[in-house]
Amino acid sequence: MPAAKAAASIRRIAWRLRPVFLFAALVALPYLLSYSQQEIAVLLVVNVLLVSSYRLLTLTGEWSLGHVVIMGVGAYASALLAKQFGVPVPLSMLIGGGMAAATAAILSFPLFRMKGFYFLIGSFAAGEIIRLIWKRFTDPFGGPKGLKRIDPFPDIETGFLSIDFYEPVNYYFLALAVVSASLFVLYRIERSRIGLTFHAIHWQDRLAESVGVDTFRYRALAFVIASFFAGIAGGLYAHYVGAVNPTRFSVDQMVYVLVWAIVGGTATFHGPILGVVVLTVINEIVLRALGLDTARPLIYGAILILSVLYLPNGLESLGPRLQALWRRRRGGPAATGREPA
Amino acid sequence: MDLLWQTAVNATYAASYMALIAVGLVMIFGVMGVINFAHGELYMVGAYCVVFLYAQENFPFLLAVAAGLVFVGIVGIVMERTMFRPLRDNPLGGLIASIGFLLILQTLAVFGFGRRMGHVPPSTQGKLEMFGAILTYQRLFVIVAAILLLAALWAFLRRSKFGRALRACAQDTEAASLQGISLNRTARVAMFIGAGLAGVAGALTAPLVSPTPYIGHSIIVTAFIIIIVGGVGSLEGAVIAAVLYAFVHTFVTTFFDGVVANIVGLALMLSVLVIRPTGLFGARERA
Repeated sequence: MPAAKAAASIRRIAWRLRPVFLFAALVALPYLLSYSQQEIAVLLVVNVLLVSSYRLLTLTGEWSLGHVVIMGVGAYASALLAKQFGVPVPLSMLIGGGMAAATAAILSFPLFRMKGFYFLIGSFAAGEIIRLIWKRFTDPFGGPKGLKRIDPFPDIETGFLSIDFYEPVNYYFLALAVVSASLFVLYRIERSRIGLTFHAIHWQDRLAESVGVDTFRYRALAFVIASFFAGIAGGLYAHYVGAVNPTRFSVDQMVYVLVWAIVGGTATFHGPILGVVVLTVINEIVLRALGLDTARPLIYGAILILSVLYLPNGLESLGPRLQALWRRRRGGPAATGREPA
Repeated sequence: MDLLWQTAVNATYAASYMALIAVGLVMIFGVMGVINFAHGELYMVGAYCVVFLYAQENFPFLLAVAAGLVFVGIVGIVMERTMFRPLRDNPLGGLIASIGFLLILQTLAVFGFGRRMGHVPPSTQGKLEMFGAILTYQRLFVIVAAILLLAALWAFLRRSKFGRALRACAQDTEAASLQGISLNRTARVAMFIGAGLAGVAGALTAPLVSPTPYIGHSIIVTAFIIIIVGGVGSLEGAVIAAVLYAFVHTFVTTFFDGVVANIVGLALMLSVLVIRPTGLFGARERA
């Protein structure tokens, strides 16, 4: 059957070209959206980095409730550096990420004496303390009102090229570039020896220790790396929105990160990204179109409960499950179900 | 001196409702092994029972409080049946599901009563004066109710057969079920009591705090601090820690300010976690 053969090879080529399609879709995306949707797209890209960095931490089996506060450390640090000391913005974002990582390094000494539930609560307490300090000390943190008029990302002005980052489309591409680079690094870390050690600590911490792995150091390392990228996400957020305040980094926001990660599924790299993208689309487009603004937390809550009960491995497990169902319907394993990668 | 006395009286009041909330949380954790993140929202629902029945429909205050206890207890049973029972082998899943439930309760409260503070008129105007400190009957009522309820709970757990079954479940679920104790029944009762205590605390304090749909957040933070300091799973520890925390928090609030008091409370919890993770009074550790 030459026709079937040709179809199969076209499908195989299409499968190989996935990254190209993805890239084209991401580039085309902002031009298909309205202005306010472009702004949402920028925040979505920032949130992708936030939730992916959170996943790196969960690789070691620890669930933190302080990740959004760590993002806030990056945001506050970068904003203050730019405002008070006139540090140029791209550099201040990097230092902000460094400050977030340093905060995590200091916190890892008390926090990694704990595990499981105690770590969860301990990270929550540590995060709340940081957040209350922002709230209490008006100088330099601005108190409950936070920081306003944060310097925007500088415009690029060369002879023939001028980019104004006040435009959401342009900031979208900036964020996309930073986040893609960060995701690449996160992905490489996970596939490296270090990443494998994180997995080992999660599933077999005693065994890992017995072969000479310093579990404290690796847990702390995961925490520091994850916090660096959360800090970068914070910097991207602060210089786009132009204002930060303690409420923006409260535990309510952390709940959303948790929901994205869990609904998407944390077993694979793309799971949490899938979660944040799908839920943001539902939240911002479907619910907004239906005019259900006040009901949004209720629907989020219901989605969370239902996914914990019926989809414990997240949205990422939905694809293979549907595929298995499909094959059973057609009777016997079908060879065309999935191309080898 | 007067200020000192007054602060001590205020702290006693704070300790009594905090103890009710924390003991409820410990009950739920002890029997089911689930940290109920929605506990603060159960308090909020109890407070709104009083807003609705007492402030809006003019039922007697005591009746509204009793209704708050029973209604929130039933909400607890619903949570047990729909979420915690199917997720029994998955403590993290139970916690996550309770976060989802918290969002649902908050939204329902916003739908029913709006975002603004609910106003509840005091049920009595009387007050007690001693050593220059003033204790309103409204607050005294909370203190007395807390002592009575906790004493009744203590008697139930120590003296009755079912109470012993509950404690057995908290100590070792598997051994208890081998003895023929029904896990589903004990979980249901523990959830009713635990949720009901949070609800009654909310109902009793509704005239004193002006409830909002988002009041649960500060309640759950307080409750976490208390159960960590007291030792997770220890009812007596929870009561003692509630007294300790209420005094520290009230005095720091009076002599510094509220935000500093919150920071001190969280730092207290963090240091207990670092130095003695099983809490000041907790004996055993539970994963």
